[in-house]
Order: sequence, then structure tokens, then C-alpha cells
Amino acid sequence: MKTTYTFLICFLFIYNTNSQEQYLTKNGVIKFFSSTPIEDIKAENNQVLSIIDTSTKKMAISILIKSFLFEKALMQEHFNENYLESDKFPKATFKGDILNFNKIGGLETKCDVKGIITIHGVSKEIVIPSIFTRIGNTIFVKGEFGLFLEDFSIKIPRLVVKKIAKEIKVTFELNHKPYKK
Amino acid sequence: MKKIILTIFILGISNQFFGQDLLDILDKETPKTANIVTATFKGTRILNGHSIENRKDKELEFIISHRFGRINLGFDELFGLDQSNIRFALEYGLNDNLTIGFGRSSFEKTYDSFLKYSLLKQKNGENSFPFAVSLFGSVAVKTLKDYDPIDKRTFAESLFYVGQVLIARKVSPSFSYQLTPTYVHRNTVRIIADPHDIFALGLGTRIKLSKRVSFNSEYYVAFNESQSIDARNSLAFGIDIETGGHVFQLILSNAITMIEKSFITESTGDFFGGDIHFGFNISRTF
Repeated sequence: MKTTYTFLICFLFIYNTNSQEQYLTKNGVIKFFSSTPIEDIKAENNQVLSIIDTSTKKMAISILIKSFLFEKALMQEHFNENYLESDKFPKATFKGDILNFNKIGGLETKCDVKGIITIHGVSKEIVIPSIFTRIGNTIFVKGEFGLFLEDFSIKIPRLVVKKIAKEIKVTFELNHKPYKK
Repeated sequence: MKKIILTIFILGISNQFFGQDLLDILDKETPKTANIVTATFKGTRILNGHSIENRKDKELEFIISHRFGRINLGFDELFGLDQSNIRFALEYGLNDNLTIGFGRSSFEKTYDSFLKYSLLKQKNGENSFPFAVSLFGSVAVKTLKDYDPIDKRTFAESLFYVGQVLIARKVSPSFSYQLTPTYVHRNTVRIIADPHDIFALGLGTRIKLSKRVSFNSEYYVAFNESQSIDARNSLAFGIDIETGGHVFQLILSNAITMIEKSFITESTGDFFGGDIHFGFNISRTF
């Protein structure tokens, strides 16, 4: 009997970890733009998962590559099959620390998020300048940054090199709500 | 027993200290959705025949296909390049699953039109489904006046119908295959012994050689054949080269024609005897 109680207490310990300090969204929006004189390419993903842990001041984002929608279906197919190889690398992820997290209040607060971004199987350290807004029990995060395709070994064939920008502009809007397990 | 309790305690405490990895939580929260397999074949044709792939919604594709004469005609005919059969076609996606197409082949001045409908998609993950199925139907009209002036052919007598069920599976990113049961009906045949209805089975494969190049092969075996010609099963090998909005297909085939009713039932070339037609398909998507 005693052991059973001990077990129960132990399990309580395990499952009682800070549920109110985690904030999650399952429909965050990430867009990217490639702009060249010949062609503008843009895509949007509105099924981005993102989580913030306010106790550890950590943040993580998970993006399904196949959920990026393009204007032209053929572009989307090429993006998945030839560039991002989403069969091999289905997800892009980010995991990092929110710097100056304590400053965040109701107003828009500039905060850098520093961590590791993984795209196309290649990981790279990055600092993402973000704007945090905490109203009631939501944490809203938005921002904009650039990524270089060659950093993630995404090769562009010579024939289309003039149509795809070397630096891709990325914007994001993530509206986190308290995470209930 | 104490050891177990201690272990669980330590686990519990470490869990408190480090928290669950945030990415693991996201993995757990990712909605489990079926994942539709795309790009089973690169083009809407494997080589001569159709693949399960459709044009997407409101996409217009212009296809120019050529088949030259037989390579074994020798130098005098520049290995067949002096002769050529050309087909122009416009193909349009009415929606993501339904494509309509119109084409005109110089061979026997034939016009053709088709509808292709994607019935089932191959899926993996949740609610997976092992293969994709498309339905294909076409009508072709031969307008070459190769008849006796007294015995004038009517429009209805010049018609050909084809029905196909396209069943394909992408086994891995680099290998796909397709089985194509086919039914061809000809309103007019040359002699009475020729069947009006021909049944055939197609087998096509795609092997990816690199990101943008694949090796395709296609074989149609007919279960009954015309008696008036030395009909042979159609065999083709080719390379797909993809560049942005284009797909180039370079083809070696024993058929000179590019529409189902012809290459499945009217090919007479002996591939291994050198009756090989070089050809290409070029498609441009708008």
C-alpha cells in the first residue's frame, strides 16, 4: 500500500510540471518571399506550431514543409520535391532562448530570440529580432528576418538562378494561448 | 523496490528542472493528417501514354510532341529525322482533379480530345492508401481521306474511343510504377477479321536518376490484335528532364504515334529489330 502511494506521489510530480507556464499555438502564420526582377515567389503556412515556456524563457517552433501553400501548384511541387526535399526532411524547426524576456509586458516589446534553426536537415545558429506582446493570457509574437538558401544547402539550378533570390525574407505571426495538456 | 522509487523520483525531479523538451511537445501536438503523395510522375505522360498526374486547377499546358521516322532507315533518311509526326495539344485543369485536353496529330490528320479524372490519391500517415487511381477517356477522329471515294467514311465511322484506369504507386521518392488496363473501340476497322474492341494492359515505371532527371519506361501489351497489320506491343524508353515550368521528355519508342488509340493498337515496329522512333515531348505550363 505504502509503495502504491509513493508511486502516485511520484507520478503527480512528473505530471504536475508547470502547465500554466507554457503557451502554445497550432495555427501560427509564417510567410516567405523571394523577390527578383524576373519573378516574385511567395508562400504561406498557417499551420505553424509554436510554444513558449515562460519559466525557462525558451521557445520552440515546428513547421511542416508540405503545409506551405504557393500561388502556383507547380512551384509548390518543385519546392517540396527539388528544393526542400520534404519527403526526406518533413519539418523545419527552431529552438531557442528569449533574451530579455522579463521586459515583456502589454506593449509591443522588442526581444531577440537566439537559438538553432534547422531547415533541410541543416542546423544553424540564428538571432531572430521579434516583437512580443502579452495581453491577458495570450503571448503574441511577430517579426521578420532573412535566410540565405546556401546556408541550408538548398541548391538552385543555373537555369532558374535569376528567378530565385539568394536571400529569402521570412515573416511570422504567432498567437500563443495557455497550453493545456 | 526502493531503487525503482528512487529512479522515478529522480526522473520526476529532473523533469521539473529541465522540463519536457519543447519540440517534443510540439511533435505530440502536431495534428495527424493524411499526407497526399505528390509527383508520382513528373509529367502528365509517362512517355507515350498518360500518367496519373493531372494539371492543377486553372493551369494551361501546351504540349508539343514529335516522333521521327525509324532509326534503322539509315543515313539516307538521316536515321528517320526526315520524317516526322507531330502532335500539338492544349490541356487545361478544370480543377485539381479534372483535366481536359485537345490535340491534333499530323499522323492520319487525327484530332483527339480527352478527360482525365483523379479518383483516388495515394496517402501515407493517418488514413493511408497504397495507390492512386485516375480515370481516362478519349475520343479521336481520323480525318485523313484514305478511303475509296465511292465508300466515303462518315464522321461517326471515323471515331475511336479509349477508356483507361490508371493505377499508380510511388514506392519511394525515386521509384514509381503504373498499371494501365485499357479498352479501345474503333468504329471502323480495315478488314472484318480486325476486332472493333481491343483490350490491353500498360506497365510504366519511373526511376529518378537525380533531382531533375528520371528514366522512364512504358510497355503496353494488347490481348487481341488487328489481323490486317503486323501489330506489335508498344515499348518505349525515355528520359524526363525538368527545368522550372518545362518538362522535356526524350523518347525511344517503336510507335510513331502519340495517342492511345494508335500506339496501343497500331504499332508495327519491332523495337529490338531497330524499328525505333526517336521523339520528344515538350510541355510548357502557363
